[in-house]
Amino acid sequence: MAVDISRSALEGASSMTGGETRFDVAVVGAGPAGTTCALLLARAGLEVALIERGPYPGSKNTFGGVLYRHPLEQIVPRFWERAPIERKVIDKQYWLLTEDSAVKLGHRSRRFAEEPYNTFTVLRAKFDRWYAEEAREAGAMLIPSTVALEAIRDERGRVIGVRTDREQGDLYASVVVAADGVNSLLSRQLGLHGELRPEHVALGVKEVIALGEDRIRERFNLEGDEGADISLLGAVTKGMVGGGFIYTNRDTVSVGVVANADAYRRSGNSPVDLLEEMKAHPLIRPLLEGGQLKEYQAHLIPEGGFDAMPPLCADGLLVVGDAAGLVNAAFFEGSNHAILSGQLAAETILEAKSKGDFSAQALAGYERRLRQSVTLRDLKGLRRLPGLLHSHPQYFAIYPELLNEAAHHFLAADGRPKRDKVRGALKAVTARRSPWQLLRDLWDVWRGTNLWP
Amino acid sequence: MHFVVCIKQVPDSLDLKINPETGTLIRSGVMSVMNLYDLHAVEEALRLKDRFGGRVTVITMGPGAAEQSLREAVSMGADQAILISNPALGGADTLATSLVLAEAIRKLDADEPVDLVFVGKQTSDSDTAQVGPGIATRLGFTQLTYVMQIDSVDFAQRQIQVRRLLEDRIEVVRGRLPALVAVLKEINHPRRASLPGLLRAARVEIPVWSHETIGLAREDVGLQGSPTQVAKVFAPPSRPPGELLSEGTNGAAAAEALVGRLAERGLLEDIWRG
Amino acid sequence: MNSDNGKASQVRRLPSCDTSAYRGVWVFVEQIDGVPNQVSWELLGEARKLADKRGCELAAAVLGYQIDPIVAESFAYGADVVYAIDDPLLARYRTYPYRQGLVGLVRQHKPEMLLIGATYQGRDLAGAVATDLLTGLTADCTMLDVDPATGLLQASRPTFGGTQMATILCRQHRPQIASVRPRVLKMPVPQPGRQGRLVRGTLPTLSDSALLTEVVEVIRQPAGDAVHIEDARVIVAGGRGLGGARGLALLEDLADALGGVVAGSRAAVEQGWLPHEQQVGQTGRTVRPKLYIACGISGAIQHLVGMQNSEVVVAINRDPEAPIFRACNYGIVGDLFEVVPALTQRFRQARQEWEHQLTAAATDLASYGGHPHGS
Repeated sequence: MAVDISRSALEGASSMTGGETRFDVAVVGAGPAGTTCALLLARAGLEVALIERGPYPGSKNTFGGVLYRHPLEQIVPRFWERAPIERKVIDKQYWLLTEDSAVKLGHRSRRFAEEPYNTFTVLRAKFDRWYAEEAREAGAMLIPSTVALEAIRDERGRVIGVRTDREQGDLYASVVVAADGVNSLLSRQLGLHGELRPEHVALGVKEVIALGEDRIRERFNLEGDEGADISLLGAVTKGMVGGGFIYTNRDTVSVGVVANADAYRRSGNSPVDLLEEMKAHPLIRPLLEGGQLKEYQAHLIPEGGFDAMPPLCADGLLVVGDAAGLVNAAFFEGSNHAILSGQLAAETILEAKSKGDFSAQALAGYERRLRQSVTLRDLKGLRRLPGLLHSHPQYFAIYPELLNEAAHHFLAADGRPKRDKVRGALKAVTARRSPWQLLRDLWDVWRGTNLWP
Repeated sequence: MHFVVCIKQVPDSLDLKINPETGTLIRSGVMSVMNLYDLHAVEEALRLKDRFGGRVTVITMGPGAAEQSLREAVSMGADQAILISNPALGGADTLATSLVLAEAIRKLDADEPVDLVFVGKQTSDSDTAQVGPGIATRLGFTQLTYVMQIDSVDFAQRQIQVRRLLEDRIEVVRGRLPALVAVLKEINHPRRASLPGLLRAARVEIPVWSHETIGLAREDVGLQGSPTQVAKVFAPPSRPPGELLSEGTNGAAAAEALVGRLAERGLLEDIWRG
Repeated sequence: MNSDNGKASQVRRLPSCDTSAYRGVWVFVEQIDGVPNQVSWELLGEARKLADKRGCELAAAVLGYQIDPIVAESFAYGADVVYAIDDPLLARYRTYPYRQGLVGLVRQHKPEMLLIGATYQGRDLAGAVATDLLTGLTADCTMLDVDPATGLLQASRPTFGGTQMATILCRQHRPQIASVRPRVLKMPVPQPGRQGRLVRGTLPTLSDSALLTEVVEVIRQPAGDAVHIEDARVIVAGGRGLGGARGLALLEDLADALGGVVAGSRAAVEQGWLPHEQQVGQTGRTVRPKLYIACGISGAIQHLVGMQNSEVVVAINRDPEAPIFRACNYGIVGDLFEVVPALTQRFRQARQEWEHQLTAAATDLASYGGHPHGS
C-alpha cells in the first residue's frame, strides 16, 4: 500500500537530517534509461539516488545486443574510447531461413570501421556497470542490492519517494523516475499499467558462447575488433512472430531467439528447444562449432509498440525505458530509445525543478519531448505493425520459404533457359500465395509500417 | 570497549579467468568482494558493540580498491575504517602481513585500548588461515581460532568464553582479554546495511596509512619483509592421457569395456576385498 | 597488551640467520587425547625422502602428556630421533604452551625444515610458531621436494584458484616451515619395533595466567550418518549434468554396487542436490580414492584440484570437449542416464561373478580339506 505523508515536510534538496533520507531525484533501476537520467541530473548538480536491485548494474539485465552510437555519444562523447565495447559492427546481415537454406541480405562497410563508427556489440553486465560508474563519478549515489518496493505517496496521491527493502529504507525525493524495466513494479503498483498481456511481450532467450577471437575473425570474416550483426528470420521461430540473432563479441558470440509470448503459449513451442534447434541449423551450426557455453540468459521484451505504452507521467513520477514500453521490436531497438528517454526525462526534471513544480502537468514536458523525438515518431509510425504481424503469420511462416524457393529455382545450375527459371520461380511463389494475396500482403506492410515519407 | 576487525578484499572466485597465453590471472573486470569469513567477523564485532557498547574499527592492508570492502563494513555499522596501502606493502607473505596489521593495531591501541581483534577463519584466495595466529603472537593476545560462538565476555574480569568447532568436537574455551578471535561462518548471519548506513558509508572519510604511518621501515614490509617468495609457477601435473572407451550412446558397450580395464588393473578386486 | 612473560614479539625486522647452523628435517607429531593424527605419519613418510635426499636426520617432535606410545610409533614410522616434551600442561592442546614447547625445541636443536599437518590443531599452531620464530611458513602444500645442495625446501601448492602450481622458497630463514593437509601424502608402511634416539625437552615454567586459555569442556560430535568422502575408497561424483534427484539416484545405485560413496562438484552442491560435506574441489574436500567416477562433471580446475590424487579416474560426459577428459584414465562420451545404469548393472554382475569364483575356490579348498573351518 502507498504510504501517506504530508508533503509539506519535504521541500528541499537531499539531506540526512531528522533521520529522513532525502534526494532531489530517485531513479529506480540502473539500466541504460535510469543511468542516463541519473548521470545527466548529477552533472547538473542535483542530488540523485540511483537504486539498483542487482549486486551491480547490469547483473540483472540482458539484451541481444547491439548498442547504437546515437544517442549515447551525446551523453558520453566518444564513449567507445572508454566504455567496455566488444566489437564495432561493420557487417549487418539479414538471413531469411528455411530448414536448410537462406536468402541473405546484408551491408558491409569500411566506413563503419572508422570513427565515429556506427553500432557496437556490448555485454550488459560489463557495460551497464561501467555506465553507472560514470554516473557515480558525476555525483550520483548508486545504491545496489536494493529493491524499490513501492512508491511513497502523500495524502493527495503525489509520489514523494520510494520504499526500499533496506532497514529504514524510505527514500524521499521530489520526483521518482521509474526505470525498472519491462516488468516495472512501480508502474504496476501505481496502477499505470496492469499485468503484462502476453501479446504485448516477447520472450528472448540467449546464450553466450565462447569461441575465441581467432575463430570469430575467421568465421565472420572480420579483422581486429570489427564485428558482425546477423538477424535471423523464418524457420528459426517456426512461424511465430519473432526472430533470432547472432552478435560477435570480443571472444564470444551472443546467440538468441525472440518470439512473442502469446505465440509461444498458443503453439506450445519451448524457448529452450527453439534455441537448441536454431543452434543446430545447418547454416548456423558451423559458426558455433567447438564453442563452449558460458552463460544462458532469458528476458522479457516489451513488444506492444505505441499502442501498448503506459501513461508516462504522474505527479512526482516519470517512466522511462522498457518500463515505458519504448522498444521498437521489428528493428531490434530498445536500448537507444531507453537512453534517449532517460535524457529527455532529465531535461524535463531540470525544467520542473527550476519552477519548483513536479506535478504531472509540469512533468508532461517529458511526453511532449518524447513525442517529438525519433523514438516516438518511429514507434507511432509502426504502431500497426504488432497487430499486422499477428494477423499475418505468413510473413514469418511462408515468405522466407517462398523467397528461398524462388531463389533456388532462379539460381539452379540446371541448364534451363532463364525464362523457364523465372517462370519456375514465380510458379513456386504463386503456388502458395496467389498474385492477389501477394499484392495484399505488400499493401498491408506499406500501410502497417507507415515508414514511407 | 574497542573492537578491531581485520578484513581482506579478494577476487570473487567464480570470476577467476586465466590468460591462456601467459598463465596469469586476469584481474581486470574481476569483481572483488570482502572475504566471506571477514563479513562474519565484522558482524560479530558489531553484535558485541550492540550488546556492550564501544566502537568498531575496521582495517585492511591492500590496494586502493580494498576501500570498497571497508565501506561495506562501515555501511553495516562500523565506526571507523582505515586503509593501509602503499606500494612498499605489495608482495607480502603472511609473516609480513601480520606484522603490518599487528603494528596498526598497536597504534590504534595507543589511542584507545583494544579488547578484541576479529578476523575471518581464512581467506578464499590464499586460504592459509595464518595471519590471525601471526597477529595474536606478535601482540601477545590470546589466540582463539575456529570460533563458532562467543558464549560470554566479561570486560571487568578480562575474560572471554568461546566455543571452537574442530574436526570431531566442540571445545569450550575460556581466555584472557585482550584476545584475537578467528570466526567461522556458523557464528552469525551478517546483517544487511540499512539505507542510512549505506549513505553514511559512501560519504565517510577513510584515512590511508602507509608503513611509515605505523612506524615500520621499508625493509620490514612487503616483499622485502617476507621470508617466503614464489620461486616458480607451473602447470599442475597432469594424468597421462586417458583412453576413450566409447563414444555414442551404447552404455552396455562402455560398461563392458570399463569393467574389463579395471579388472585388468586388479582394481576391482582391490576394492571388493575392502 | 598482555605484556607479562615477554609474550609480545617486539622484534620487527627479520633477523639474519646463519642457515648452515640448521640441520635436520622435523615433523611435528600431532596427538589429541593420546591418539596420534595420521597426517603425522604421512608427513614422516614424505619427510624420509627429504631427509635422505638432503643427507640428514629425520626427527619427530612430540608434545603431550604420557606420550611414550607415540614416541615409539614415531620411530616405527621412520623417525631417527624423537624430540619429546612430556608435561601435564600439554595434556590438552592449547596454543600458548604448545607454541612455547615447540619453539623451545626448535631454538635449541635448530632443524632446517619443520613439517606440520594442516589440521585444525596444526593450523592453530603453525602460524603462531612461525611468527614466534620469525621464519617462513608455506601452508597447504601438495608437493614437497628438497634441493640436496642448498637444502632449500621446495614447497608447492595450488595457486590462482587452483589453475596453476606455485613453488615457494624460504631462502634465508630457518626453519623452513610447511604444512600439508591430511590425505594428500601417502601413508607409509610402519616398521614396528624400530628404534631411534630419544631427546627429552622441557616446557619453560609457566604461570596459570600466562597460559592465556583453559579448555573448560569438550563436547564430542557424534559421527552420525555423515559420509566422510575423504576416507572413501570409491567415489561416484556428479556434476551439473545430473539434473537433480533422478540423476542422484543413479549415482547412489552405482556407488552401492561398488561399495563406495556419492560426492559432487560445486555445481551439484549449489543446486542443493548434495550437502557441502560431500563437495569435492578447491572449496570443498580433497579426496584420494582408488576409483573416482565423474558423471556429468565438466572438469573445471577447481574441481580437479580436489580429486586429482585419485588412483583411477573415469569420466562420463555428453560433451566430448569437456576438460575432464584430459584429466581421466578412462573416458566415456555419452549420456550418463544411459551409461551409469549400464555400469551399475555390469559392476553388480562382475561382483557376483567374483564372489562366485571365491565361493567356488573355497569349496574346492574345502573338498581338499583345506577350508579353515574344517570339514
